[in-house]
Amino acid sequence: MYRYDDRDRAIIGERVAQFRGQTERYLAGELSEEQFLPLRLQNGLYIQRLAPMLRIAVPYGLLNSTQLRRLARISRDYDKGYAHFTTRQNLQFNWPQLEDVPDILAELAEVEMHAVQTSGNCIRNTTSDPYAGVARDEIADPRPYCELIRQWSTFHPEFAFLPRKFKIAVNGAQTDRAAIRVHDIGVQIVERDGEIGFQVLVGGGQGRTPVIAETIRDFLPERHLLSYLEAIVRVYNQLGRRDNKYKARIKILVKAMGADEFGRLVEAEWEQIKDGADELTPEALAWAKSFFTEPQYRQLDRDASEAALQAQASEDKAFARWLERNTFAHRVSGYRAVRLSTKPTGVPPGDVTDRQLEAIADLAERFSFGEVRVTHDQNVVLADVEQAQLRELWQAARQNGFATPNIGTLTDMICCPGGDYCSLANAKSIPVAEAIQRRFDDMDYLYDLGDLNLNISGCMNACGHHHVGHIGILGVDKKGDEFYQVQLGGSSSENASLAKVLGPSFSRAEVADVIDTILDIYIRERREDELFIDTYHRIGLQPFKEKVYAKAS
Amino acid sequence: MPKPAKLGPQPENPAELIVDGKVVANDWRLLPQSDDDAEITADALAPGRIILPYRVWKDLRGDLAQRRSEIGVWLNSDETAELIGDDAGDLPLIAVHFPAFADGRGFSTGRLLRERYGYTGELRAVGVFMRDQLTYLRRCGFNAFAYEGEQSLAKLLDSMRDFSESYQAAVDEKLPLFRRRGLA
Repeated sequence: MYRYDDRDRAIIGERVAQFRGQTERYLAGELSEEQFLPLRLQNGLYIQRLAPMLRIAVPYGLLNSTQLRRLARISRDYDKGYAHFTTRQNLQFNWPQLEDVPDILAELAEVEMHAVQTSGNCIRNTTSDPYAGVARDEIADPRPYCELIRQWSTFHPEFAFLPRKFKIAVNGAQTDRAAIRVHDIGVQIVERDGEIGFQVLVGGGQGRTPVIAETIRDFLPERHLLSYLEAIVRVYNQLGRRDNKYKARIKILVKAMGADEFGRLVEAEWEQIKDGADELTPEALAWAKSFFTEPQYRQLDRDASEAALQAQASEDKAFARWLERNTFAHRVSGYRAVRLSTKPTGVPPGDVTDRQLEAIADLAERFSFGEVRVTHDQNVVLADVEQAQLRELWQAARQNGFATPNIGTLTDMICCPGGDYCSLANAKSIPVAEAIQRRFDDMDYLYDLGDLNLNISGCMNACGHHHVGHIGILGVDKKGDEFYQVQLGGSSSENASLAKVLGPSFSRAEVADVIDTILDIYIRERREDELFIDTYHRIGLQPFKEKVYAKAS
Repeated sequence: MPKPAKLGPQPENPAELIVDGKVVANDWRLLPQSDDDAEITADALAPGRIILPYRVWKDLRGDLAQRRSEIGVWLNSDETAELIGDDAGDLPLIAVHFPAFADGRGFSTGRLLRERYGYTGELRAVGVFMRDQLTYLRRCGFNAFAYEGEQSLAKLLDSMRDFSESYQAAVDEKLPLFRRRGLA
């Protein structure tokens, strides 16, 4: 993983000092609310319904054990002893005191962490594939590029006051596990004639106006990555709408002028800067890649390792289930990547206690070279686990509440903090998630349903990714009462699609029944091993709609 | 004839400002935009240094050729650097207006004037930018700050160097940090 040198430490240290001064000026009345707002947001600090919320950057989801232990300590010393993993692979504290935030940032800086640009109208944390470096279908490791983007975008002097927030995702594998088609810029690593480059997509996004991104360049040579990003953001900074915050994202600009015309402007701008200082020289690329080398894998025999594992699995059904759902094939023989589930029934998805953060740190050290990855669906990955140690890891994970074998199933849902915490929310989302988890607690039924993404957002800002859930649930306000709209058919994969609204919304008490009905239709209509999303694409919305609303009337 | 767009906020022209890291007296007047811009003539402009709205400058620049050293231009936030383009070299002063501190278009304007059009004269930020934006403005090529807010200019000077190092290439630093590491 990337390690700071003296210069990184200086930059982050000076940022802490700067924010300490800004906070003092605000508390002394020298900065107005309006002036303090963008300053605190660019340091990750929101003022929420009950208390401030501090969002910590986890660059492309990567954390080490030292950092996890420090996060645990901060949650104990400055918060209520828990934290929340977000859908941008970040981590949030829900109860810090405003005046403590500079001290928290100083504690983070000691372990090479910060809260820079985790909010505000600037370039946010770059996200990526949680299986980067270990996936079998990987074209190239996206992390060196993510780190170069992190450095390029951190305190970028030209792009700190964009029309609106700006999110970049990089995917390095055949399968898109970084949801690049619903980002302001999606970068897909591609290989052409033995040369690494990038397919560049722009204008995707969720929120009030969900849009699937469009490709503006099929192949960008590796060395030009940063100059091309700079050209895109420069065009957006100059031409993006600033008169209406709901029309200020780049997707609106791209839609308004068309992706072809937008791409033409980007290319014209890029022509002027492509051979400039941002060029990724061979030395610069080698330097960035040097931080993401292989750990010290042992030479293991694939067949022997696999046979031993299957023998263990055949003796223990619970272990076999966990193995099937919560582990992921690794490109190195005898290893697997493991997902720790943060979603047992009754816990808000993504929430972890201080003790659990420390437990994750311990597990990472014991089983996976001391590093973990946060996933955009709010779980935690141990990327490099020896197969022979999986059973021991499973037992340890169970003791700490991380072994719910539900990864990829209906109950492994993405869920925003919703009306319990967020001042933007129209409705609560956590109780809906819990009601669904309680209703569908039969593991055999969940496995029979197979891969099924259910995503819940408490408002149209879509932090819970409801537009790209196979089933999406959206909290809406109906004359002061909380209601829920159900949508079907979304996906954030390489075959990205936006979900369609089923019909009129439901009360909270009705939601689990409606999901039940939808699943019944799927089971009735599916062909053999067909997944929910594929059945939906084959039969469309109508059969679901008829049954759900027939029952309601 | 199309109706002219409604005029937005106009920059003030404070008596003192920061130029090249020092507090100095402001010896330029600044003409705000008005609905009657099209009727202004070169003869009607009093002698002495003055910063004209872009449209006025564009219309009168031929007539004002003899006064080149005392005619500056200000760009509003919806007016891009390419409107001045290679003519930048003829100007002693270009001001860029920040009608709201959150309107960041002027940062691109500054960089483009310096990096693309080779502008070397005074580049002045006018409008309602904040003390906390000075580092970014400086990095984008601004060397003069006509600040309208309530902080003292001395305090502003304190914030000019919040950062001793930066990751990206910009006007003040020609190479990004990733190309300088290991060279020091």
